[in-house]
Amino acid sequence: MSRDTALVSAQWVEDHLDDPKVVLVEVDEDTAAYDKGHIRGAIKLDWTTDLQDQVRRDFVNRQQFEALLSSRGVANDDTVVLYGGNNNWFAAYAYWYFNLYGHTDVKLLDGGRKKWELDSRELTDELPSREATSYTATEQDTSIRAFRDEVVAAIGAQNLVDVRSPDEYAGRLLAPAHLPQEQAQRAGHIPTASNVPWSKAANDDGTFKSDDELKQLYTDAGVDWDKDTIAYCRIGERSSHTWFVLKELLGQQNVKNYDGSWTEYGSLVGVPVALGDEPGSADA
Amino acid sequence: MCGSTAGGLSLDGVDVAKEAVVQGQVVRDGQPVSNAYVRLLDRTGEFTAEVPTSATGHFRFFAADGDWTLRTLAPQTATVDRSVHASVGSVAEVTIQL
Repeated sequence: MSRDTALVSAQWVEDHLDDPKVVLVEVDEDTAAYDKGHIRGAIKLDWTTDLQDQVRRDFVNRQQFEALLSSRGVANDDTVVLYGGNNNWFAAYAYWYFNLYGHTDVKLLDGGRKKWELDSRELTDELPSREATSYTATEQDTSIRAFRDEVVAAIGAQNLVDVRSPDEYAGRLLAPAHLPQEQAQRAGHIPTASNVPWSKAANDDGTFKSDDELKQLYTDAGVDWDKDTIAYCRIGERSSHTWFVLKELLGQQNVKNYDGSWTEYGSLVGVPVALGDEPGSADA
Repeated sequence: MCGSTAGGLSLDGVDVAKEAVVQGQVVRDGQPVSNAYVRLLDRTGEFTAEVPTSATGHFRFFAADGDWTLRTLAPQTATVDRSVHASVGSVAEVTIQL
């Protein structure tokens, strides 16, 4: 993977609006954003109802994912182009999710919905109709998904990258600042994790920074390029954005997203937690 | 429940005593701007959160005690930065003129 295969520009999307093998998919944190206007032909995936199991805390299973994409008219050989608000953070989460279930012809619209809007490109409220397909997914590719025991084992051994804002990392906030702060779990970060806020990988208009700038960013934060890496945030979406940067743009091998993230880790009994702006030590 | 501040977003459902709310409206020539993006930057200038403005140009953040910057982006408009002070238990209302 590289920038050329993983990203498309707003102009590319505009040029492919009528290409039947290109499926535009909007995935937003604000699940009502699509209804206010979307790129012509785009379908919507709701990250809370479509992509999450409604009983246990987990993703929909393989059969449910197959049923979802079949009913929305996505075929196995379609090129899926994802976009969303807030620098594509939930679109990047969906990108990782599509990879998890084996759909590899997937791309992000560089800059997402914000770039599209700031360019004053057209949005519509017209709903597209796509014929149902019979989509086949693979088993989950757990080489890109980290679970809690691996995360605890990675303390002091692998790269842990906490991509939340500095105030969340230090324990001064428990959630991104546009969400209410009251939470049950402890504040802080996983000891030895470096803090590289996900947003540092993007320009103000939501497009990704250059490969050289990105490489420098993680090198300066202490990421050892010879080690495996686990990225986490609060619930695993902002860290999908960083997973995308490390794995898909910079081509780093063995990068996992820990989707349990701080809402799981910060609630575990007996695990070490570091407070403050420094990574802390493995024997904390 | 707390009433809303005149012209501001309703605070129904928000436990204001536990939150450091920063909210307001983006306007241009007295009219609300519904297609802007407002970013909350921390005291070091680091990005903390971003929201699109609502149909009525409103936005809201739940910050922490301290000094913050609101950076507003809108189509064909120069970026506007505004400083704001937040504290738990109060609501900082900011009107941003483009």
